[in-house]
Amino acid sequence: MLQWKTPNYDFMQWRRLGLWLSSAINIAAIVSLFTIGLNFSIEFTGGTVVELAYKEPAKLEEIRQTLSKSDFHGGVVQNFGSPENVLLRLPPSEAATGAEAASKDIGLRLNKLLPEAEVRRVEFVGPQVGEELAEDGLIASLIAMVGILIYVMLRFTFKFAVGAIVATVHDVLVIMGFFSLSQLEFDLTALAAVLAIMGYSLNDTIVIFDRIRENFRSMRVAEPVKVMNTSLNQTLSRTINTHVVTMLTVLSLYFLGGALIHSFATAFIIGIVVGTYSSIYVASASVLALGATRQDLLPIQKEGADVDGRP
Amino acid sequence: MTQNQYPLWRYLLVLAISVLGALYALPNLYGFDPAVQVSARRAAPVDAAFEKNLADALNKAGISPKSSELSDNRLLIRFKDDAARAAGMTALQAAIDAKQYLVALNLAPATPAWLRAMGGKPMYMGLDLRGGVHFLMQVDVDEVRKQTEERFITELRGAFREKKIRFRAVSHAPSGGVDVTFLNAEAKAAGVDLIGKDFPDLLLTDGGDVADFPIRLAPKPAFVSEARKTAIKQNLTTLRNRINEFGVAEPVIQQQGDSRIVVQLPGVEDTAEAKKLIGATATLEFRMVDEAGDLKAAAEGKVPAGSKLFQRRTGEPILLKRRVMLTGDSIVDASSGVEQQNGEPAVFITLDGKGARSFARSTREEIGHPMAVVFIEQVEGRRVEEVINVATIRDELGKRFQITGLDSGDEARDLALLLRAGALAAPMEIIEERTVGPSLGQANIDRGFMSCVVGFIAVCIYMLVYYRMFGLIANIGLALNVVLLIALLSLLQATLTLPGIAGILLTVGMAVDANVLINERIREEMRRGMTPQASIHAGYERAFATILDSNVTSLIAAVVLFSFGSGPVKGFAVSLSLGILTSMFTAVTCTRAMVNLMFGRRRLKSLSV
Repeated sequence: MLQWKTPNYDFMQWRRLGLWLSSAINIAAIVSLFTIGLNFSIEFTGGTVVELAYKEPAKLEEIRQTLSKSDFHGGVVQNFGSPENVLLRLPPSEAATGAEAASKDIGLRLNKLLPEAEVRRVEFVGPQVGEELAEDGLIASLIAMVGILIYVMLRFTFKFAVGAIVATVHDVLVIMGFFSLSQLEFDLTALAAVLAIMGYSLNDTIVIFDRIRENFRSMRVAEPVKVMNTSLNQTLSRTINTHVVTMLTVLSLYFLGGALIHSFATAFIIGIVVGTYSSIYVASASVLALGATRQDLLPIQKEGADVDGRP
Repeated sequence: MTQNQYPLWRYLLVLAISVLGALYALPNLYGFDPAVQVSARRAAPVDAAFEKNLADALNKAGISPKSSELSDNRLLIRFKDDAARAAGMTALQAAIDAKQYLVALNLAPATPAWLRAMGGKPMYMGLDLRGGVHFLMQVDVDEVRKQTEERFITELRGAFREKKIRFRAVSHAPSGGVDVTFLNAEAKAAGVDLIGKDFPDLLLTDGGDVADFPIRLAPKPAFVSEARKTAIKQNLTTLRNRINEFGVAEPVIQQQGDSRIVVQLPGVEDTAEAKKLIGATATLEFRMVDEAGDLKAAAEGKVPAGSKLFQRRTGEPILLKRRVMLTGDSIVDASSGVEQQNGEPAVFITLDGKGARSFARSTREEIGHPMAVVFIEQVEGRRVEEVINVATIRDELGKRFQITGLDSGDEARDLALLLRAGALAAPMEIIEERTVGPSLGQANIDRGFMSCVVGFIAVCIYMLVYYRMFGLIANIGLALNVVLLIALLSLLQATLTLPGIAGILLTVGMAVDANVLINERIREEMRRGMTPQASIHAGYERAFATILDSNVTSLIAAVVLFSFGSGPVKGFAVSLSLGILTSMFTAVTCTRAMVNLMFGRRRLKSLSV
């Protein structure tokens, strides 16, 4: 039988360093987002993507040359997932407008140009659809945040809700910042992952908050810093286990799920790592900085009485 | 000690839900058969005799289908593989009269009959998994507004003339709306009066008592939005008709938002053909030739009132009267063929009762005069009108007649199809298109499945190593969660996409969180010196509030994602939110039932957790 001991790390002594580190990373992320920007997929920018499959490794240079002599010049040609697969990205201006696309089928034209390739997928998105999508995505993220804020406020207190939201914004910024710096393609599935991460990284925050609340009630005279540390230590092995397990599933998606969900899996991998860090050093530290005390959590008398009344 | 026991009904409930879940998840194991679907275009019979005929035709071609089923005027013939189906399709097309029947490729669930009788169906696979075409089209609502105004202009002119109200002009206002100018103040007063009485759908703005006595009219917003709704509805109907002609099994044709239409054609590979059909706006108009008009003057811009300048296919100009004798709307049937006298391609047209009567009346008055057939098509957003044929009316034209002057047999066939399916009320533009080839679809399924299996096994091993007996129990709960989630997705027929598969796997990761929380809590309580039984009890009780809280926040994010997302992302949101819900049941209630059964009545010294 394993001998378990509750660890006893002083997490909160690093909280100032954590706050500085987080601020620095966030500022870097914001700067990068505003200067370099995101490498948006055509779902957001409009344009055309064509996936081609060859029987043997594709000769990209030849394809580029063939295309540059046709009306498809100006596009980007790259491998997609494997050497046999090629992704062709045509900017909105080159891909022509919807009406034109309707009269001249891109797949068919490419078939003629590159007879050895099998056209596996064609995606065309008009520019206005892309713009709307980006807008809707932003609105959805805001709604999700407000919804979560309200829920945490109802279940905890305002200070905790602020801590949770600060942590969520932090996570989103770091993921977006990563996509901006690495210039990995940010597509619709990556946006979906960002939204899902909001819920997921909050799981963590809430598990820790739950414990903080419980400990604020049971450890009657403890200092807030001590309560935080105790709570974080008590939930530490849960934190590690849950993240290892989720990471296993996401890694399996990353390596086996194919190129189509690469950005999704990438966003999730970063989200898990950042989410873990932020629930400790952003969420909990913010609550501490906002001066959460035992009194904040007392109004919910009934539940407190229940816990105390347990044998 | 009774704290770790469930009443009998609870065990039975857990068992019953698990069995039902397994049953409804089962159809997914059987997969799909490549099939061909034959249905009647109109009243043609689809019965046992017809089925026998087709079976004979297939036999003769040396193909033996897996099975064939007859249900509500539809015959479904299954084949053992794609090659057999391709051969079968060719044989069937040869044996079937294409005018009477539609033949379409389909993927038919290979669910056994007893499961189907219970309502068991496999999950509905999205286009990224089964292959096919997705179009999002924007209906040009501005054009609808223009058409509405055009109608009002015609009606207003008629009404003013009838009431002898002296107006100068009725025309489109540059910024939208209709401008009317009058000769004098009396005429204006009478006009305003008439509009107030007979045109309740128009909003009037007085331009003041200046020269020309202008007023501006605009259709009321409610009227415009009604017109828009009608136009979109007609576009939907027309698209449905056209796609039926095309022969696609299970097409999706839906309105999205205010002015958009989604079309999804599973299994279709020939996107060029599909696009041509969907986007085509060709229709016909019949107008009399203006014989008195001066063609030269018209070419210089002096078009006589009541006439309009057109071009023939050959490029020569021709003056036609503005009045339209007949439009494509009145056509109920059209077929292509060859004209008997000189072998030219022709379209044979049948009109509806109302159209036939009015056409007969108006052509009777024009016997001996030439009439033109105008072919109208939207090309790259522009309206192209061409006169394809001019012929002298020899006799009054009735319900059935033919037109000639088309370039080729193919054009005659396309025009007949479009006339049959009806015209689009407003032009549309494709603003999003996604085509997924069948091989990529299959590759996506395989990859998704593979990553699920590997991810799941990795999680199970980790849990087993770390929590041993309680890990095993958690793993059974996890497996049950996947089964229930698949059962739910199958029952709801929610669309499964590649991100949806990722969602299923992610819920596995998230569902495990509940068991980790519970097991950690049990360990903690044991560490505090509680007895194993009390620890189990406290572990489950105390972890529950936390599990609920954390799942609600995930659910909020998933629901927001669902309402915003489209296509593949929606699939992700669906499996994520359903997975969160089922995990609450499997990770808490089901594992508790197992723990209770295993440890509930025993005296325990230690726990394998």
